[in-house]
Amino acid sequence: MIQLRHIYKSYTLGEIDVPVLQDINLHVKPHEFVSILGPSGSGKSTLMNIIGCLDVPDSGDYILDGEYVENCTEDQLSEIRGIKIGFIFQQFNLLPDLTAYENVEMPLLYRKISPAERHERVVKTLTQVGLKARMQHKPSQLSGGQQQRVAIARVLASEPSIILADEPTGNMDSASGTEIMGIIRDLWQAGNTIVLITHDIAVANQAERKIYVHDGKLSDKEACT
Amino acid sequence: MTWNIIKLSLKGIYNNKMRSFLTMLGIIIGVMAVVILVSITQGAAGGITNSISSMGAQQITATISDENVSISADEVESLTSYSAISSAAPVISTNQTVKKNSSTGSYSILGVTTSYFDVQDIDIQRGRKIVESDIEWNTNVCVIGTEVAADLFGTWDAVNGTIIIGDSIYKVVGVLEEQGSSLAGSDDSKILIPYSTASRMTGQTGVTSFYIKAAGENTVNAAISNVETFLLQATRDEDAYEVSNQSNVLDTMDDVNNTMTLLLAGIAAISLLVGGIGIMNIMLVSVTERTREIGIRKAVGAKRKHIMLQFLCEACILSVLGGIIGLLLSFGIVEIYSLIASASVSMNWGIGFAAIAFCAVIGVLFGGYPAAKASRLQPIDALRTL
Repeated sequence: MIQLRHIYKSYTLGEIDVPVLQDINLHVKPHEFVSILGPSGSGKSTLMNIIGCLDVPDSGDYILDGEYVENCTEDQLSEIRGIKIGFIFQQFNLLPDLTAYENVEMPLLYRKISPAERHERVVKTLTQVGLKARMQHKPSQLSGGQQQRVAIARVLASEPSIILADEPTGNMDSASGTEIMGIIRDLWQAGNTIVLITHDIAVANQAERKIYVHDGKLSDKEACT
Repeated sequence: MTWNIIKLSLKGIYNNKMRSFLTMLGIIIGVMAVVILVSITQGAAGGITNSISSMGAQQITATISDENVSISADEVESLTSYSAISSAAPVISTNQTVKKNSSTGSYSILGVTTSYFDVQDIDIQRGRKIVESDIEWNTNVCVIGTEVAADLFGTWDAVNGTIIIGDSIYKVVGVLEEQGSSLAGSDDSKILIPYSTASRMTGQTGVTSFYIKAAGENTVNAAISNVETFLLQATRDEDAYEVSNQSNVLDTMDDVNNTMTLLLAGIAAISLLVGGIGIMNIMLVSVTERTREIGIRKAVGAKRKHIMLQFLCEACILSVLGGIIGLLLSFGIVEIYSLIASASVSMNWGIGFAAIAFCAVIGVLFGGYPAAKASRLQPIDALRTL
């Protein structure tokens, strides 16, 4: 499903190239729940941006569902993100002026989906995350856990092949965090492919497989420090 | 999709009510400036044009400036033999002191024939016109303008009264209809006497000027050339006479009017342009402010064109909405103005809708750059901003 081959990515700081990811090879199979663990600055966010098609690698191949992503234009990447990838961000990234309903509906507006089906999907997914009663609330009227559930509903409404979660519980208390992780595990058991990025070992342990990132390189074991 | 984007843009405008209104204000004032100024100018110009054309575009005036040239009234009247000319009115004009009891004044005296009334298209209010027998018998009768009547007789009925013109006593037989003032002057302050009487009074046999009425609107030019040929033959000097026609004046008026309208439209277009720059400014601020929103939208699948359309739509709605508000406001102001000034000013809807179309163009033009800027934002950079 996800195949990364010899991915290299660097950022330019002044005149110096700072490598962030070096020779990353990763294979995620359908219906797998993988967590990527690493300290801050290890390059895990960059990795997630590349997997999420928000960024492209400097070199190496990224094959998503058999498609070579590095050859895609900007608009094609948008389309891939809209159809195949669902993001769950640490900061939720909901639009503050829109209601929960509108936030969930928003990605569907960019796709050819009939209004009736759109409505059905929005209501269904908001019900699924237990926020049916809060559909007309704006993010500011919701708690952190509830906001993250709206974000999850937004992902589910798009029916993506992969769900990317970047520190999904980073911005909330442990009770809400547990709840969100419960929902994510439910999604996995319902057959979704999930890539979770975290620095929290307890969160990472709930995944099927753990991968460590350290200094821009992957390993199956925790790196010695 | 399009409807959703319009909804989105409306929401964006609604969420920043005050800012949107201030942004629109530039456009509102611009549109009001165009529509009100053009409406009022054209209203005023229309009034002048009407009063000129009411004097007859078919009328041709010939003035003899060379005193040594003598053209008789019969010669002038013979011009009616041309098919393009329906009637001709020879005139001897002079200025005389006119007395009535204690009132004295200097008035312009016109010696006219019976055809004068037809050519000038004027009628009398009371009494009678100058008739054929007056001219035949050199009678001392006169028909006076309303202003003369008011000056000399006040509220008394002037008809059958007497006045002294020069040294002789004249009987007032009629009062002309009021004509009001116009560019070409009017007969309100003139005294008409029989042509033959005027000829005797001034000792002048030739006409000083004459009026021609063309047979129809299409024959005006033919009539003018007939008159010019006739005058050239009679005087053998191109500078000895002048032929003019109301349509010349009308043409000149139209030119002036068009230039004025163009000038005003130009000035107003500049103010619209300034309004457009205001929109561009705010849209740029809005793009910066909403970088994160753009990032989120792109992350969940929005393409460049979606973002582009959203911001372009917002700019267009701002400018067109401003245009419509401006149009409605100027409609109100033009209506109020025409009530207060009791002027015949009417709303120029044509220019109004042209202004709105111009607003739409401004929206696209000045919204284009900020929208393009927004659409080019990379989602990864946009998401990083807080």
